[in-house]
Amino acid sequence: MTVTLTINGQKVTTAEGSTILEAARSAGIYIPTLCHHPDLSNVGACRICVVEVVGARNLQTACTTPIAEGMVVYTDSEIVRATRRFVLEMLLSDHPNDCMTCEVSGDCELQDLVYDYGVKWPEHKGKRHNWEIDPDPNPFVFIDRNKCILCGRCVRACAEIQNRDVWNFAHRGFRTKLVAGADQFMLDARCESCGQCVAYCPVGALYDKMSLGKGRANQVQKVRTTCSYCGVGCNFDLNVRDGRIVRVTSAPDAPVNGMALCVKGRYGYDYVHHPDRLTAPLVRARWLQGVEEKLKGGEWQVFVPQGNGRDGGDGSDHLTVTPDTFIQTDWDTALDVVARKFAEEKRLHGSGAFGMLASAKCTNEENYLFNKFARQILGTNTIDHCARL
Amino acid sequence: MGEQTNVRIVEDAALTSTKDLPSQWIAVCMGTGCVSSASAEVRQALIQELERHGLSSQVEVRRTGCFGFCAAGPIVVIHPDETFYTRVTPADVKDIVEQHILANRRVERLMYRDPVTKVPIEKWYEIGFYSKQQRIVLHNCGIIDPENIDHYLAREGYQALHKVLSEMTPDQVIDEVIRSGLRGRGGGGFPTGLKWKITRQTPRWPKYVICNADEGDPGAFMDRSTLEGDPHSVIEGMIIAAYAIGARYGYIYCRAEYPLAIHRLQVALDQARQRGFLGGNIRGFDFSFDLYIKEGAGAFVCGEETALMASIQGDRGNPWPRPPYPAVSGLWGQPSNVNNVKSYAYVPHIIRLGADWFKQLGAPDNPGTAIFALTGMVNNTGLIEVPMGITLREIIYDIGGGIPDGRKFKAVQTGGPLGGCLPEAYLDTPVDFDSLCAAGAVMGSGGMIVADETTCMVEFAKYFMRFACDESCGKCPPCRIGSTRMLETLECITAGLGTLEDLDYLRYLANGMQKGSLCALGQLAPSPVMSALRHFEDEFRAHIEERRCPAGKCHALITYEIIADLCTGCMVCARNCPTNAIRGEKRQPHVIDPALCERCGLCKELCKFDAIVVR
Repeated sequence: MTVTLTINGQKVTTAEGSTILEAARSAGIYIPTLCHHPDLSNVGACRICVVEVVGARNLQTACTTPIAEGMVVYTDSEIVRATRRFVLEMLLSDHPNDCMTCEVSGDCELQDLVYDYGVKWPEHKGKRHNWEIDPDPNPFVFIDRNKCILCGRCVRACAEIQNRDVWNFAHRGFRTKLVAGADQFMLDARCESCGQCVAYCPVGALYDKMSLGKGRANQVQKVRTTCSYCGVGCNFDLNVRDGRIVRVTSAPDAPVNGMALCVKGRYGYDYVHHPDRLTAPLVRARWLQGVEEKLKGGEWQVFVPQGNGRDGGDGSDHLTVTPDTFIQTDWDTALDVVARKFAEEKRLHGSGAFGMLASAKCTNEENYLFNKFARQILGTNTIDHCARL
Repeated sequence: MGEQTNVRIVEDAALTSTKDLPSQWIAVCMGTGCVSSASAEVRQALIQELERHGLSSQVEVRRTGCFGFCAAGPIVVIHPDETFYTRVTPADVKDIVEQHILANRRVERLMYRDPVTKVPIEKWYEIGFYSKQQRIVLHNCGIIDPENIDHYLAREGYQALHKVLSEMTPDQVIDEVIRSGLRGRGGGGFPTGLKWKITRQTPRWPKYVICNADEGDPGAFMDRSTLEGDPHSVIEGMIIAAYAIGARYGYIYCRAEYPLAIHRLQVALDQARQRGFLGGNIRGFDFSFDLYIKEGAGAFVCGEETALMASIQGDRGNPWPRPPYPAVSGLWGQPSNVNNVKSYAYVPHIIRLGADWFKQLGAPDNPGTAIFALTGMVNNTGLIEVPMGITLREIIYDIGGGIPDGRKFKAVQTGGPLGGCLPEAYLDTPVDFDSLCAAGAVMGSGGMIVADETTCMVEFAKYFMRFACDESCGKCPPCRIGSTRMLETLECITAGLGTLEDLDYLRYLANGMQKGSLCALGQLAPSPVMSALRHFEDEFRAHIEERRCPAGKCHALITYEIIADLCTGCMVCARNCPTNAIRGEKRQPHVIDPALCERCGLCKELCKFDAIVVR
């Protein structure tokens, strides 16, 4: 069933049960929003999407009002614009004037709307909130309640997407405060640090702690990637600045996960630039030939663990090469060693000697190739996967 | 067909008939107001005193609901003489029993005295306070024991339900209510029958019937008194509504601050269930319905129907946008019918006596009565039920007995913190939904506050704005922040720091709140300020331009002074001043140090020589 209504003089036909906002967007008519997000339920809290519905007693929120046959809607009349301006003015009157230093400057829905509607910074004699900044000791989520516009997107994201119900509002009126649990620390309030609340925050009230001061939206390059932690295949954007990953942001168009990520995908990227991270193959000296020469020639190196001051575990002098010493080689050499050993085992003991264990951390494609390799190259059916355990 | 109810069908429509009750009995008001001034002790003393005289079996002492005349409580009425005793204490009980009951002599000192002639008045209905009242919803209050279902049954109780179940289809019930013209008594004035019809027509099940008893206006207690005095009338109305719309379950959302109302409701529900008026197959008919009480946690905004339903669901009491209306998508997303306590309480009368009977009461398009909690600067404060269309003047002067101490009337606020004030020129406005609305005030759910010349209208408006600020749920920015900005601006003005631009700023904020807010709380919260500004702009300007509070109320703008010629140097003021701001020798004129003076006004109150003035 479809319904036809008139928006700004334009006839729009769309599915019954849609909201005015959905109908308008389907016709390419822009209505600004703040508390609305297509992934979340609509609550009509922020009042930014108010529109004029002919015959209605007052302005209606486009995000919540169901369309009706013959409805006549104006989304940009003077009264609508004036009301939106008023709402933005009210929000600014209790908001810090620090876009200059704000992490989300350039990536802030409030900033954009204030600009679009030409709202000036309101000077007034009244009070502004002065909440403590970053009061929560959790390692991932930065909180600045002074910037919070109480739109409730974090509350709904946590409840409806992550099903953790960490966030809610306490107190009422001007004293309304976004709280975790019963005004506790987030980790004491069932938080599993997925960062969905940060992803859905339209302003700078919730931000990623690890990314503070590391680069704003216009300073980073976004690189779409697939998460390497498990086989679900979540996509997200690496925010890269000067060749270093400074933040992970959700990619709303990710086919598998949408905006959702888990703590590993969103915050588990610091290993990438960790000094202990293996970036070249290591082969025991005993499997290599001409070690002395290659070392002398500088092609290979004796592996010396970096970072945490560990010494390789055996207490030995790194410069003395024993058969057990790890030599950092090139990929061809290392893969040759592996291939040679596989072939040797197969020749000596047959295909039945192999047992293969695939990993949930690999992508589907990788697991597929792994299976091909086991069955067709090695000739074994003994292959399993950790997800079956 | 089920068994017949055990109630005698009475043709007589006279609602105040007491003929079914035992001949000699004493009604003791056990509403919250009188209980707080020790009416429970009075009742106990009466029982003991009657026992002492061996009269226990002949005279019944009955706990009843509110008489309405709370200013004169605790109230005791002796039947069948209908002698109305006011301000009764346990010490007065001996006289009542020995003089009135035993010797049939009236205890004149306990009777209400006419404020002008000072003549004691015996019968309650001869008192000015009751003269223009018409008690329909409250017709059982002060007559029956609310904790005894038999009393309710003896007063035609549950007959309407029996009529509905045995003779009427749900559509006939709805038609009857629509025809009666009953409009929702919660304040909106939406036709009750129409609301039922929409809920009935929504093709989803289950449906819910909800009673809004989250009365939160400061100083208003109409719903509380109705529930405390006659809980069965509300329950019966709800069962009929449930039958009409096809609901199986219902909720009464009552604020937890009303423990007595909740207790009486619970007793009434238990008794109704026991007698088969609630539960499966009510009175043997093929209709089942049950009711539960949900205690609210004391948020004014939960009187807004969507916030109320959110609260029943266990969520934060925040309103949600309409449409969809509750009749389509309400409690747990199901079709729900929300009405006020009083709206439900009218229903049994309408069914029993007919829509035509109801229609001829009150004013055109506004049939029936209106219940107000009359408070503020009037002689007779209390709960009144008056026919719609009565004028404000009649309420304030004839029922309320005028302004105390011969002071001048200034304004009357209707509709509580979401209403508006009207000045003297509007005193002849008829009290009904449409006339009040046209005059710039609203009917609201029934608060009526009278202000006299000693009231500062800026302060008055600020009081309501502070209330709205405290009670805003915080969900939408226009209300959450707008109300705060309005309050701050008003505080500036009363502190003597206002500018004329502040008045424009107030109007700007008010307009934004009205247009932008989600629910009625934010949309209507500016009304008290705006109506005060409309009718009393001079007073606002005096605060700003002259730094003067004409009513002498705003502390920052007044000083207390001692007129040396009148001061006898008695030292009473100096001894009682909490900040030791008054100095002077004995028998010499005293002086107030304005730097130390807190402007509490205690000295002025205590001075016997009228030597202290406010400037």
